[in-house]
Amino acid sequence: MAAAIPRRVAILVVSVLVASIVVFAFMAVLPGDPAQVALGINATPELLARTRADFGLDRPLVEQYLSWMGGVLQGDFGRSYVTGEAIGPQLVDRLGVTLWLVGSGMLVAVVLAVPFGALAAVWHRRFGGTAISGLSQVGVAVPAFLAGILLVQVFAVQLRWLPSGGWTPPNQDAGEFVRGLILPALSLGLVQGAVLTRYVRSAVLDTLGQDYLRTARSKGLRPYPALMRHGMRNAAVPVVTVLGLQLTTLLIGAVVVERVFVLPGLGSMLLDSVSARDLLAVQGIVLVLVVAVLVVNFVVDLLYVVIDPRLRTAR
Amino acid sequence: MKVRISAALALLLVVSACSAGSTASVSSGPDTLAVGFTAEPANFDFTRTDGTAIPQALLYNVYEGLVKLDGSGKIVPLLARSWTVSEDRRTYDFRLQPGVTFSNGAPFTADDVKFSIDRVKTDWTISIKSKMDVVDHVEVVDPLHARVVLKKPSNGWLFDMTGRVGAMFSPTGVADLAGKPVGTGPYEVQSRRRGDSIVLAANPAYWGRKPVYRTVILKYIKDPTALNNALLSNGIDVIAQITAPDSIPQFENDNRFTVLQGTTNGEVVLSFNGAKAPFNDVRVRRALTLAIDRKALLDTAWAGRGTVLGSMVPPTDPWYEDLAGYYPHDQVQAKTLLAEAGQTNLSIRLRVANLPYATAAAQVVASDLADIGVRVTIEPLDFPAVWLKQVFTDHDFDASIVQHVEARDITTFGNPKYYWGYDNPRVKQLISDADAGTPEQQVADMREAARTITADAAADWLFLYPNVVVAKKKVTGLAANQVSESFDLTGLG
Repeated sequence: MAAAIPRRVAILVVSVLVASIVVFAFMAVLPGDPAQVALGINATPELLARTRADFGLDRPLVEQYLSWMGGVLQGDFGRSYVTGEAIGPQLVDRLGVTLWLVGSGMLVAVVLAVPFGALAAVWHRRFGGTAISGLSQVGVAVPAFLAGILLVQVFAVQLRWLPSGGWTPPNQDAGEFVRGLILPALSLGLVQGAVLTRYVRSAVLDTLGQDYLRTARSKGLRPYPALMRHGMRNAAVPVVTVLGLQLTTLLIGAVVVERVFVLPGLGSMLLDSVSARDLLAVQGIVLVLVVAVLVVNFVVDLLYVVIDPRLRTAR
Repeated sequence: MKVRISAALALLLVVSACSAGSTASVSSGPDTLAVGFTAEPANFDFTRTDGTAIPQALLYNVYEGLVKLDGSGKIVPLLARSWTVSEDRRTYDFRLQPGVTFSNGAPFTADDVKFSIDRVKTDWTISIKSKMDVVDHVEVVDPLHARVVLKKPSNGWLFDMTGRVGAMFSPTGVADLAGKPVGTGPYEVQSRRRGDSIVLAANPAYWGRKPVYRTVILKYIKDPTALNNALLSNGIDVIAQITAPDSIPQFENDNRFTVLQGTTNGEVVLSFNGAKAPFNDVRVRRALTLAIDRKALLDTAWAGRGTVLGSMVPPTDPWYEDLAGYYPHDQVQAKTLLAEAGQTNLSIRLRVANLPYATAAAQVVASDLADIGVRVTIEPLDFPAVWLKQVFTDHDFDASIVQHVEARDITTFGNPKYYWGYDNPRVKQLISDADAGTPEQQVADMREAARTITADAAADWLFLYPNVVVAKKKVTGLAANQVSESFDLTGLG
């Protein structure tokens, strides 16, 4: 295991480098001139040229890339073409919002999926199990943004119980913060929860067929307690894998959900920066997202070992 | 496992605490108002960043000029109590309001007038600064008397002074314009949360009438549906301008809200590339103009709201006249003109901004032109980035549709290098005479210029974008027309 960590870190570094080059190349070929967008209509050619020089856009692409990457490695993501502000602190600020969103979405998903998935497995021959499976099937088919729009219509526009969007930082007003996070977290979490329920169900079904559970049952334990005491740890391995994969989907889902709920996270910053051709900001955001995904995978790999002691000696 | 979860939570708290400095307060109370907008300012410095979002938030509210535009488009006093214009129309004497201070405590005097006007030429970088080129010099006669001498007479200059270029700054308040604006207005910027909101707080030392709302939260919500939902669910009190016409009836049918409809300066223009064939032939331009049913187009593109225009002049300008009937919808005449011009087999590339009103209008244009045998290929371009580059700068288009929002932008027809490639020395002359003449002559010459570009079918003015404001019933004093660059909060009750 200890030997695997440097290898994973190396993969992580190379992946980040490749991603940074790809992102940079995409930005370079995107039509539209950042200087022109920043200056707006009626900008004179002289001013355009000066601004392009200020932004460093007149330098060779390789040089632009190297100076950007050099800055990033020292924690300097550059200054936004549009706002003139340093991008790094913005990224931290926006990442905070996105992490809350993804974290709470994940929480909703797990809280729903683990008991319902397990129940669906235990009851797999009964009506309850079929009902849960059916419902999760429906949930899988609903995109997060649609769930969001429906939730807003019901709980914000019609009933006016919860805000339709907007963001209150937790250290400013904890109550408002929670109220504002409920609908976005539900719209992300319900859909992910439905997906996860199906994986939990099949993992638990698999576990239920194992010899050691049969042993536990033969000692007089009822199915659900037997499962909880002896089976869940084993069922957790495939579920954690899926959870890791889903975190990635959640990050992407968060981009859309942030738009629906007007949350100032990385996703909405990304969309705004793309349309404003704020190239340095886009590069910074994508880099952060790529690193986040890779780190999640890394952590999932580590978690296998924590959950399943048998894997500790496997490699 | 518990340890890990709390570690994760602690990390989240740390990350969110990092943003505490830029936190926007959104506590609501009777003296707090939340207004929803679609376009967020990139920063607070409109001397170096173009676009309408910054002046919309700050002009008249945080920054004030010597003069301002009222809701009907009239120039009225603000920091200048009164002004006189010399016989030769080159010298303006402004008498200033006494007892005015900037939000940093510095007093406002004629020195600041000189500083601000001079600074447009020296420090501003956006192209709008050229509006100050006509100024020869500024004299400080006494602390409450500033004299501006122009190189040549210009009516346009005083009008421009109602906008961004006329904003008054203090030499002690320009160190961090992008982050910390310092003006003489009734509000100060209290905080901002990028991607979310800007909070304005009433300036306790304001010289004029104290604003009714102590706190105004400007909420930025790009998606029109989310913006509407915010009003419907009490998240905001006002929508500054509706961009999705289909949503208006739901507010009109709900007695919690007031719906105001007025005009803007935003002409939605079907432009022709007049510098190249076949659009350098007036018969072709007229034919296309005759072929398009603008009333029907307005119904489709903006639910029939807005004003059908016949030239580049909105009704709030003093020289407006109704030219909407100049080219009645007449397909027979259109076909005849095309035949005369030898263009019976015409195909054009219509490259439009990818904005809802423009793509909707493009469909109607394409279908109307198909009726007279013109094939139209619609190409939506990412706005602003791609449209600005390809259509506006490179002139790579046959026809385009975009909204022109600047005030009195009819003057662009006097510039042959502008993207519509229209070159008529007579129009150029009229526009320049109008600027130099008496107000009466200005009106006469501008009318003549407007009629000439209409007769030349220099473009097809499809419609004037409407200003639709929706507010909770308790909010009063909102202006129906959006004619200045500011979303003026000062008259709210």
